[in-house]
Order: sequence, then C-alpha cells, then structure tokens
Amino acid sequence: MKLPSERGPASAALIDALRRPPHDLPDAPATRIGDDEDLQLVLYVCYELHYRGFDEVDDRWEWQPSVLRLRAAAEERFEAALRSRVAAHPPVPADAVPRALAALVAADDGPPLAAFLQRHATLEQFREFVVHRSVYHLKEADPHTWGIPRLGGRAKAALVEIQADEYGGGRADRMHAELFRTLMAGLGLDPTYGAHVDAVPAVTLATGNVISMFGLNRRLRGALLGHLAAFEMTSSLPNRRYGNGLRRLGAAPATTRFFDEHVEADAVHEQIAAVDLCGSFVAAEPDQAAEVLFGAGCALALDGAAAAHLLDRWRSAPLRAEAA
Amino acid sequence: MTDEAGATVTPYDDGPLLVRGDFALVTPDGEPIETRRGTIALCRCGKSASKPFCDGTHKAIGFRTGRPDDAGPANPGPARRAAS
Repeated sequence: MKLPSERGPASAALIDALRRPPHDLPDAPATRIGDDEDLQLVLYVCYELHYRGFDEVDDRWEWQPSVLRLRAAAEERFEAALRSRVAAHPPVPADAVPRALAALVAADDGPPLAAFLQRHATLEQFREFVVHRSVYHLKEADPHTWGIPRLGGRAKAALVEIQADEYGGGRADRMHAELFRTLMAGLGLDPTYGAHVDAVPAVTLATGNVISMFGLNRRLRGALLGHLAAFEMTSSLPNRRYGNGLRRLGAAPATTRFFDEHVEADAVHEQIAAVDLCGSFVAAEPDQAAEVLFGAGCALALDGAAAAHLLDRWRSAPLRAEAA
Repeated sequence: MTDEAGATVTPYDDGPLLVRGDFALVTPDGEPIETRRGTIALCRCGKSASKPFCDGTHKAIGFRTGRPDDAGPANPGPARRAAS
C-alpha cells in the first residue's frame, strides 16, 4: 500500500523518514505526538510495518529502534487513555469469565448503527460505513493471530479454531478478508488493501490499532483475548441487520455474503472465544482475568465510538434511536 | 477430543450446541444440509432465523439453560463509555 497522508508533527516526521533508507528519526520536537489524529496515524503506520508494509518503504524499517521508541511513546499514551476510559473490572475466577464477558456485552449501550443501516441508510451512507470498516476488515483476523504463539494448551487450540475459520478453513475464496473485498467491489469501492486509510478519522483507526497494540505486546495478551471475545459476542446480530440493510438497497447475494457469513460464523466463534479461549486462558493464568475483561471493555468502547461517529455524521437522516 | 467418538456435541451455557469432528448434517429425508465450516453451532433456544444453525438470537431473548446458580438476567458490568 501507499504511505498515508500526514496528520500532525509526529506522523509527518515519521512518514517523511520512511521514504528514505533506515536511519534514526530526529528527536523531539519533530516527533512530538500531536492530537489524536496524529497519534492514531503514527500507530497505524508503525503497526503496518509489521503487516504488509508500504510500497515505497524499506522493509528494514520494521525493527528500526527509533521507530520502535516512537511507537512505544504512542502506545503509552493510547493505553493510558484506555485505562482511564474503561473501568477496571474486579478479577473473577476462570469459570465465571464467560458470564462476566456476557454481562459486559449485555450492559453495553452502543449506538444503534446496525438498526440504522438495516432500516434507513442510503446507499452512499452504507458505502461510507464499508469504507470505514475496510481499514480493519481487509486484514480481518490478522491482529488477533499475533496471540497464537503466546498461548498453550486448550486456549491455543481455541484461538486456532476461530482463526482457521476466519481464514476460510484453507480456502482463499472463503477468507473473511476476501469476502470483504467482494463486498467492496460489489459496492463499486476500491478493494485494494489500505486504499481508504486517508478517508477515515482517528476514532476509526483506533478500532484496529487497539488490536495491534494488544497483539504485538505480549504483556497485553489477556486484553487481546478479551477483545476478540467481545468482538465475536457483538457480531452475529448486527451482521444480520447489515445484510438485511444491504438487501433492502438491492445488493446481490455475493455482495451481502460477507455479512451473512458472519451471522453463522460468529455464533460459533463467540462460544469458543468466551468459554474455550478466555475461560481456559484464565484457568491457566488466573491473574489475567481483569485484563481479559479490560480488553473486552476496550472493544466495546472503541467500536461504539466509531459507530457514534458515523451516526453523528448522518444526523440529518431520519434517524430513530432503536435498540440495536 | 474426538478420538473416541467420530464427533462431539457440546452444550454451551445459555447458548447453542457446538458440533465438532466427523459428522453429517441431514434433513429428515436424509438430504445433506450444507455446513460451511468444521465447527457448527446448532440452535438450542428455538428462535434462530437460520435454523438449524444458531444466529445469536438466544442473547436477545435472554435464553438460559438453567444452571443451578442462575439468578436471572446477567448483572450490568462496570465498563463505561466516555462521551464520544
């Protein structure tokens, strides 16, 4: 993919440096991190070096120490914001983890984005929703995959069971990221990896960055698994609404398949994630219970904020607040 | 897990039946029902719109499988959302 456009002092300094051979980034103030747009873009670019990289960037930048220092500073700020935003959950025993996750999800009062897309959204609004989601879904499942080598036993088997299904069970055309590309093409959107990063705000970048942060820092492995569980537990019902909304707008079955697939797939995954993955993980590492629930809370808070951003943009539409 | 039996069926608390292993899902007439994944979830609450598969509706209707410690709906957790 192409390098995105800068959003502030640190992202400008980073993107400028990446166009040249690996070298030490200049120190502050050039790399002082600005507002949330700057922060989230810095994180996005630093993380992308670990995924597919950028067309014009030397692959050796991935482990360049000054880039890692900048990433650490950005992560410190992002994590501190999340710790103050998502209340610490009291620890629970392993066998209570699935119920505690279900309670968090049930108590979440996220904005009614799915109901709006099902009943009211125009085709243009639906396309905008898909553009926003593309930043994560074109690499769907990849950030959680970082967790696999950090686990053992039943928890590892559970994560592999989920991820194998995310990747189509060995069939490229069934990979969820590929189904998303088909969805994008069906809506006349550019399905190229990374094509829409410049079009989405920090609040959207944060939904993917948080998984990369949890995935790339072993100490945050509990939060990574809790994030995945919350993600899967809040997927089946909204995806049915997304699919119905797209059918209302006249989309072909191939175009709605991404959503239809997730109704069934995530009804499976949510059980595996809550019970076999998070429950087994906490049984093996009891001191990680609160971290699992923190990760779940982060998923709910950040996905809710990104959904609220879109709904706010569409406020002029005939929106009625209905339970999602 | 499936060493002895060809397939396992696992009832999850408050949720569906997960089927893993070597199994075939068929209609009463013996016609195959397509399964698109190795592990499937079968509806247990009776309200799925995708029967025989689970579609997550059990959560919307508060389906409970009646464990001894059940005391009604789950309590709200402490997670909170900042103004956004």
